[in-house]
Amino acid sequence: MKQVIHRKLSKAVLHFGLILSLAFTTALSAQEGDAAKGKSLFNANCAACHKLNKKMTGPALANVEARLAEEGLDRTWIYAWVKNSSGVIKSGDAYANKIYNEYGGAAMTAFPQLSNADIDNILAYTAAPPKKAPVVDGTGNSAQQVQASSGSGISNEIILGALALLFMLLALGLYLVNKTLRRFATAQGIAIPEGEKRTPLWKAFVQNQFLMIVVAIFFLLSSAYFVYGFLSQIGVDQGYEPVQPIHYSHRIHAGDNGIDCKYCHSSARVSKHSGIPSLNVCMNCHKSIYEVAPETQQEGLGEYGVDYNAEIKKLYAAVGWDDAEQKYTGETQPVKWIRIHNLPDFAYFNHSQHVTVAGVECQKCHGPVEEMEVMYQHAPLTMGWCINCHRETNVAVKDNAYYEKIHDELSKKYGVENLTAAQMGGLECGKCHY
Amino acid sequence: MKSLVKILAIALVGVIASCKKDSAPNYQYMPNMYESAGYETYGENAMFENGMEARTPAPGSIPRGYVPFDIEGTTEGYNLAKATLQSPLDSTQVDLERGKELYNIYCGICHGTKGNGKGKLVQREKILGIPSYDDAGRAINAGSIYHTIYYGKNAMGSYANQLNEEERWQVVSYVLKLKSDLEK
Repeated sequence: MKQVIHRKLSKAVLHFGLILSLAFTTALSAQEGDAAKGKSLFNANCAACHKLNKKMTGPALANVEARLAEEGLDRTWIYAWVKNSSGVIKSGDAYANKIYNEYGGAAMTAFPQLSNADIDNILAYTAAPPKKAPVVDGTGNSAQQVQASSGSGISNEIILGALALLFMLLALGLYLVNKTLRRFATAQGIAIPEGEKRTPLWKAFVQNQFLMIVVAIFFLLSSAYFVYGFLSQIGVDQGYEPVQPIHYSHRIHAGDNGIDCKYCHSSARVSKHSGIPSLNVCMNCHKSIYEVAPETQQEGLGEYGVDYNAEIKKLYAAVGWDDAEQKYTGETQPVKWIRIHNLPDFAYFNHSQHVTVAGVECQKCHGPVEEMEVMYQHAPLTMGWCINCHRETNVAVKDNAYYEKIHDELSKKYGVENLTAAQMGGLECGKCHY
Repeated sequence: MKSLVKILAIALVGVIASCKKDSAPNYQYMPNMYESAGYETYGENAMFENGMEARTPAPGSIPRGYVPFDIEGTTEGYNLAKATLQSPLDSTQVDLERGKELYNIYCGICHGTKGNGKGKLVQREKILGIPSYDDAGRAINAGSIYHTIYYGKNAMGSYANQLNEEERWQVVSYVLKLKSDLEK
């Protein structure tokens, strides 16, 4: 069969047009890029080391393409760099080596999984980050609720104040009326009838010996009660809530962000002390988190009167971190934390025994720390309090070979199913006092 | 006049009662029994620089049972660890249960309990860009994980002071398990 040439031609033209249009559309999208997609890609892949407007592990990336264009580098260079930066450095590219050395020889991770289109999207995001949608989530709601509740608090105070004022005016009015009436009476020459003289009530009371004895006994007993109460709270610091040099909010860290207690107080697992974290532990996160979210800042200023961002600056000053240059200056200043929980030296307490061996929750002794804006002492830390818990707490012997034998013997001896810490010797004086 | 005195007396009692400050510690009976002459952890002593009683160990001293880690905290060191470093734990010593516990305390808050880089801090957009363990460009292995825990990498800090050597290797084993789970 003979082919008709013009049909073939038209087909070829069609094909060519299709390819052309495809190429054109891809080229078009390459020019534009989707900033919204770029944002999620940026957050997932780049944000570990790059911020838009701030130097971090790597340089700030806002308008990076425009700035690279000034260096004479185009998008193909960026593609090559992102996909294999060390390759570009090895090829002897001048700018690549300059950047590599400027950032202290920290090689950028290769991202072979990012396609050119992905990189286009990221570049579109860095050129013009999409505006943040107005926050209408839970935090916004709670902020409103907070405002509403604080508003009702103010109105309560106003009502109480107004009532107090009213009563004062009433008392003043009565007093004035009384005074005026008396003046009238004297002016009119009317004698105000005096009540007949009687023994005053208090004199009659004093003269009654029985009543006096009852009162004296009552007085002695009640004062003994109060003296006993006062004496037994000496040396007990329950509720002690000192002002710390850096306002650290357990509510935000352990509560909102759900960071485990043992992340910072790691030595509670393995030693006597639940250590105060050294500042490098703070910097694990605060190297990246240099300011709090705007809502958190508002909450801090409004509700607690604390400028959280200034507190982070205090941390930077203490640890000697230059946030602009992203490096340590070496000028450190120890933070004078004020110790809250302090057992007297004649009592021995070991955290690891309670945290790791017994598996006691931190909150059992320290209270709802994840809700505390300012840390305070929850428990009295008296001996009676310790003993009580030892009497009530069953020892966690399950899967603990260490206790198996002694537990069997002792439970037979006491005739109980589960042993308490007290029955295991938790009431022995020498356990804590030696 | 008499009643005024009474009112003042009551007000004074009220003021005294309300002045109980929680920002100051309570009185102690015989404080020299509470605070012995020996130094206490985190104590203060004017003898030392900064008044800080806690001292760093003398240079060159090592704690009992310490195993030195010779690889340096540089990019070259990272590559060296990745190429050569192996876990000293054999299959009987690997305790994934404990590795998981430690991982969830120290790593999961950013890297996510599944290791996919979606921890709570990432979900709340506090820290961003945490890679998933199955990330092809990084291709982590036991040596590189240990090096990263020991020295930190980029924005991640060192965890050498929160985990001891054995615990670090347990975490490494657990991370490798998460990685293989993710790659399934």
